[in-house]
Amino acid sequence: MPNQLLFAIEVTINGLMAGVMYSLVALGFVLIFKASGIFNYAQGVMALFAALTLVGIQNGQVPFSHLINAVFGTDIHHFGWHVPAFLAILLAAGVMVLFAIIVERYILKHLVNQEPIILFMATIGLAYFMEGFGDLMWGSEIKKLDVGLPQGGSLWLEAKSKVLGGDGFYGFYIDKLDIWATFFAAVLVISLVLFSQYTKTGRALRAVADDHQAALSVGISLRAIWVIVWSIAGFVALVAGIMWGAKSGVQFSLSLIALKALPVLMLGGFTSIPGAIVGGLIIGVGEKLFEFLIGAPFLGGATENWFAYMLALVFLVFRPQGLFGDKIIERV
Amino acid sequence: MWYREAGDFKKTYSEDSQTFPIRLDRIGYFVILLVAVLVVPFFITSYAANAVLVPFLIYAIAVLGLNILTGYCGQVSLGTGGFMAVGAYASYKLMTSFPDLNIFFVVILAGFVTAAVGMMFGLPSLRIKGFYLAVATLAAQFFLVWLFNKVPWFYNYSASGQINAPERTLLGYIITGPNTSPSAKYLFCLAFVILLAWIARNLTRGTLGRSWMAIRDMDIAAEIIGVNPLKAKLSAFGVSSFFIGIAGALYFTVYLGAVEVGEAFGITQSFLVLFMVIIGGLGSILGSFAGAAFLVLMPVLLKNVLVGGMGWPTDIAAHFEFIIVGGLIITFLILEPHGLAQLWRIIKEKMRLWPFPH
Repeated sequence: MPNQLLFAIEVTINGLMAGVMYSLVALGFVLIFKASGIFNYAQGVMALFAALTLVGIQNGQVPFSHLINAVFGTDIHHFGWHVPAFLAILLAAGVMVLFAIIVERYILKHLVNQEPIILFMATIGLAYFMEGFGDLMWGSEIKKLDVGLPQGGSLWLEAKSKVLGGDGFYGFYIDKLDIWATFFAAVLVISLVLFSQYTKTGRALRAVADDHQAALSVGISLRAIWVIVWSIAGFVALVAGIMWGAKSGVQFSLSLIALKALPVLMLGGFTSIPGAIVGGLIIGVGEKLFEFLIGAPFLGGATENWFAYMLALVFLVFRPQGLFGDKIIERV
Repeated sequence: MWYREAGDFKKTYSEDSQTFPIRLDRIGYFVILLVAVLVVPFFITSYAANAVLVPFLIYAIAVLGLNILTGYCGQVSLGTGGFMAVGAYASYKLMTSFPDLNIFFVVILAGFVTAAVGMMFGLPSLRIKGFYLAVATLAAQFFLVWLFNKVPWFYNYSASGQINAPERTLLGYIITGPNTSPSAKYLFCLAFVILLAWIARNLTRGTLGRSWMAIRDMDIAAEIIGVNPLKAKLSAFGVSSFFIGIAGALYFTVYLGAVEVGEAFGITQSFLVLFMVIIGGLGSILGSFAGAAFLVLMPVLLKNVLVGGMGWPTDIAAHFEFIIVGGLIITFLILEPHGLAQLWRIIKEKMRLWPFPH
């Protein structure tokens, strides 16, 4: 096979892996949007906050140590213990559940029946709040996240695929972490589907997503459902935070993955879980291939910033509800 | 007792339809205008101009623009930063290509260029609605910033990729460049604010404004009663972008003087202006000013209190700023989703009845 084609295949595979990462974030959006009609801009910051909390617990950092030191003139940093990764993940998930309860009690409860735009604004406010709060609690320096996932290129695959190409080709480079991320994303999606199809709570969730009032009238507690949904979204954010954090360090830019997930949502439709997956894959492959074939050689590179949006924009003009979204029916 | 319309008889149609029907409002408006034009320029310090007044005036223009689009026409836009960048780069190209062109016309022309770009990005709004549109406008944001970063023609092939405003004068006074006096900066921006606020106020209560509001309230119903959605939506995008372009041009030429596009016109800028609209009040001219004033003043105050007053390190103060801004936005939305403008309306209602409770 010619090398150019092999490079294109490598780019495509890497694009698929990147797409999985986008889907992970988009999944959290879809869950909340379906269950409460809230477009949760804070999903990216939730991933950041979850990852920060995980690293903080793992390393035994003292929360708010900067603030305490500034106010009382002390000098404390760490408790001096290290929590094993699995326990730390459980504790971080617990923190996200607590967060869901607080959000429901102090924000959502008061904003029932407001227009969607107001709720959207509230989540942007929440994103700002959590960004400051997370930094204040755990410090704003770049942190290394290590939960024991393998990293670096897969040498095995590289050696095996080298034979396909000629002299200039050294085999496919694929990050092991991306493979694990794909695996976890698959597990997550399958368990979410099983949960929503075969459990009582899952059925209640789908009922609420279908029709709030009808769900209320058959005795489903809307507030409990919201807490559950935000907890699940928090857990998805934790998984996304672990994957992205392990890849590029836990820092402020992690919260910007929300911006990567938005075109995925538009493409896949705001209300569809399969849409989030398929949309993520399309966007991942599309932007990597575009950068490889057109962006880098002809347009000066860095097209990944906007290509996804443009693709989604053009796509939406022909299909305003996205690939799998519910058909928009408007009544006067 | 003194704040009411009783005894203030309207004898002509134009009196009946004036902007401020209550006499005290009219007096207050002209007093504020006189103070702003005749008193403030003589007492303005460099710090007050650069930290508070000039950014307030420029953001007020941008907020007016976004309020026309989002508050009056109901189309949520997250592309404000990108459109401000268009205004800034248009003014830069005009200033360097036509050195003799008056700076006033440069700014106005930059507004028209932005209006054209805005209408182009407004075209999808005819098909895409709601959140899908809000996210679609992000395409404008990212694409425009990328464009100004990557195409060297826009920054005249300068090595740093920055654009710098050359010195320009108006009526003999220096308006742009490092040697500008604070009062000149202030007055130049103020002139635009007064002009554009007047235009905005009169547009929004005329035919065009009513068609925007009809589209906002329900676009299908508006279409049925004869509002042309193409005309209404595109004119809203055009007018809004015109305002935002002027704000961007002023932000670059008068306020900053040197700009790097990703820093000055990034996504945070879009959100900041949107917050100003929400906190001030959707669909209110006064609210636009209140929102801009609130979010320009608050960080300055917080910084002075936390860093200056309590001696905290700046990074902790910055974290607190995020927490307080976010918390305030949520609190505002819970307590008063219609913003500062609604609070002012409630106060006015109370004042008209005062001293009686009902």
